[in-house]
Amino acid sequence: MHWSISMHDDVREAQIKIEAYAKKCGLDFFDTIFEMVSTDQMTAFAAFDGFPVRYPHWQFGMRYDQMMKKTEWGAHKIYEMVIQNDPSYAYLLSANSLVDQKMVIAHVYAHVDFFKNNMWFSKTERKMLDKMANHAVKIRAFMDELGQDRVEGFIDHVLALESLIDPALPFVEKKHVLDDVAKKVPVKLKVPHGYMDDFMNPPEYMHEQAERIQQEEERAKSLLKTPQSDERDILLFLMQYAPLEAWQKEVIDIIRNESYYFLPQRQTKIMNEGWASYWHASMMTGGILGDSEIIDFADRHAGAMRLDPGNLNPYKIGLELFRDIEERWNMGKHGVKYHACENMLEKSIWNTNDNAGRKKIFEVRTTCNDASFIDQYMTEEFVEKLQLYMYRDKKIVSKDFSNIKDVLLRQLTNCGEPVLYVRDANFKNRHELLLWHSFENTALDKAWAEKTMASLSVLWQRGVHVETQQDGSRMLWSYRDGVFSEEKIVL
Amino acid sequence: MIDQDHGRFRSIIKGRIKKELQKYVSHGEMLVRKGKDKVAIQMPSIDIPRFRFSSGETIGQGPGDVGEELGPAQAGEKAQEHELSLPELAALLGEELALPAIEPRGKKTIQSHADRYTSVAHQGPASLRHLRRTFRETLRRQSAQGESPIFIPIKKDMRYRSWKTETLYENAAVIIYIMDVSGSMGDAQKEIVRTEAFWIDTWLRSQYKGLETRYIVHDADAREVDEETFFRTKESGGTLISSAYKLCEKIIHDHYSPNEWNIYPFHFSDGDNWSRDDTKISIEILEKSILPQVNQFCYGQVDSPHGTGEFHKDLLGHFGDKNTSLSMSRIRDKEDIYQSIKDFLGKGK
Repeated sequence: MHWSISMHDDVREAQIKIEAYAKKCGLDFFDTIFEMVSTDQMTAFAAFDGFPVRYPHWQFGMRYDQMMKKTEWGAHKIYEMVIQNDPSYAYLLSANSLVDQKMVIAHVYAHVDFFKNNMWFSKTERKMLDKMANHAVKIRAFMDELGQDRVEGFIDHVLALESLIDPALPFVEKKHVLDDVAKKVPVKLKVPHGYMDDFMNPPEYMHEQAERIQQEEERAKSLLKTPQSDERDILLFLMQYAPLEAWQKEVIDIIRNESYYFLPQRQTKIMNEGWASYWHASMMTGGILGDSEIIDFADRHAGAMRLDPGNLNPYKIGLELFRDIEERWNMGKHGVKYHACENMLEKSIWNTNDNAGRKKIFEVRTTCNDASFIDQYMTEEFVEKLQLYMYRDKKIVSKDFSNIKDVLLRQLTNCGEPVLYVRDANFKNRHELLLWHSFENTALDKAWAEKTMASLSVLWQRGVHVETQQDGSRMLWSYRDGVFSEEKIVL
Repeated sequence: MIDQDHGRFRSIIKGRIKKELQKYVSHGEMLVRKGKDKVAIQMPSIDIPRFRFSSGETIGQGPGDVGEELGPAQAGEKAQEHELSLPELAALLGEELALPAIEPRGKKTIQSHADRYTSVAHQGPASLRHLRRTFRETLRRQSAQGESPIFIPIKKDMRYRSWKTETLYENAAVIIYIMDVSGSMGDAQKEIVRTEAFWIDTWLRSQYKGLETRYIVHDADAREVDEETFFRTKESGGTLISSAYKLCEKIIHDHYSPNEWNIYPFHFSDGDNWSRDDTKISIEILEKSILPQVNQFCYGQVDSPHGTGEFHKDLLGHFGDKNTSLSMSRIRDKEDIYQSIKDFLGKGK
């Protein structure tokens, strides 16, 4: 059990009680250290994604600026903030009421349970707090040596590409690397006696043989396309092949590392918040709160579940889906037999008293990410109950289940970002870089692509191209010498 | 830590504003006044680019049927709003227009005394106890005496916050805005005057503590009004510029001794004066009485389709363009505001 000195007695008491209760509920979490902070400090931490130290960069300042403004207007209050680390750290707003603190503490324990047990986090760095601090030290050192403007400007370009990593990579045993191919050596004839070596393997012959091997290898290399197959980890590719200085490669390495660290959080936003909300609600009403606190809690909880037109509230949708799954598995409303049943009355009163709901949701929290969570468990009834709709240009265009599910899945696949690969590093034999956009229904935003390609070309130091699709035709977008151009690809 | 990043971000924003300052100067509507000493500026977001999808269908949640419009509270707003304090804005203006810092006239005029609690004393009221300093003294004394590490302050250790009296020198200044509100001055012309006045205020306020502003409107007759009336008044009828100059002269005489005040009259007109005689009188008042007393007299001629624009020529003809106390500028449209401000404020007087 941990707490900071600043923690008030009553909060500490609540924390001890909630921690024990959470364990009783079956939650399994890392040690969690709570810190009491002011609103200003909370905002500062939030700008750093919860970490106390990040490398110097203006984007954190921008986030801080935006959050401060929202806080000033009272439109925004950051209630909870957890650092996914072992041990985990969580911040509590010192100005909050005790009911708020209890709710947040319960919420935090469920987050940490998720972090510890969900398989998408299984390869995530557990000691990120230290790593982040190291990153900051390194980049500060670069800035001291090379000047802040130069290093910060380079970071800008890398950040434009930060999400171009391979989500599957952490789960692959070992990455196939080109240089791993075993090196050939000249073959010597076996010599019975040492003195015969010069006769049986004349030096001129050995030398000739070595030269031939080298020539063959170079020829093979030049015929080999780089990369051999499409490469999704574009940051890694740039580190390996872009003509960069050592410090620049290190900056890419740092940002790539952080990007991999944050990836599972982006992949499980709905589940993570849903799971935490499910448990805070369950624990609060299950004995943590006194009678007099229930109304305050209900109010606060309702605030977190608020619906904003046009926005999806991950807390709300996640919580409701976990509850829905629990209910269906409690009553046996799943499986072939249930779905085959065509008698609506029978279906509506279906109850096999399985009571397997709790077990099921723990299983779901271990195995799913947002995309599979929605794909496997979101039912037509659920979409109707939660009043989901599809909209375009501020207008509701459909409430049809399959439409909604399609779009929602597209929004969640790859965290709603386009998938791009490096296809050719010697495009048109000019050492220009060709990326290939794996097109699925939605076109890229051209204006943003142009700016992003400008950053990419700074790193690659030659022209860069993106193959994509627009209005049904295959397009090649090019950015060369500061000029963007596009052409139709005709087969 | 975050303060440094925030500082970087702010300087990037200021850099952008400075780069686009001419646009912001000419189009006053892009600046929104926020309270007494801040402005909000709309500018395109400076987000880091990335590959992203063009907008398409999105999923939302809540009551509503197909075909229904969603409220305006939508995500995806492109512009960001940034706040800037007026001194910050003035500094940008000064840098970009290369405005010289103003050399106030004469001696440092108004002096005031201010008590600031920057000192520490051995005696004082209990409410001003300086605990940290007190305990530091205790620590020092007891460690020197080798006593136990339980610190008990004695009277000798007590420290109190105390004040120092500082003398502040201030240079007082007054701006006297004069505007022709006769029928020939239209809304577009007034908008230009309002924009100019904003930037002039902002700059002079950054140069002087305690800036006062007075407003005179005139047609054939002049009267003093408040700021709001100044920009709203619309009269019909003719123009006698001398009436305004007489009133200006009187205000200076009654309230602003040139020995104590830096005086800046700004006159905006479409250059239409009713009679040559009146122009003669106006020039005389200007030359004999106003110019010797003020730092600078600025005449801004806002061209209007109805005006003859004669007055600018008359002034130029009489004073030439070398007179150091008189600045003249012609403002044909909004785009000229930038240069005009430079004309007015570029002399550093």
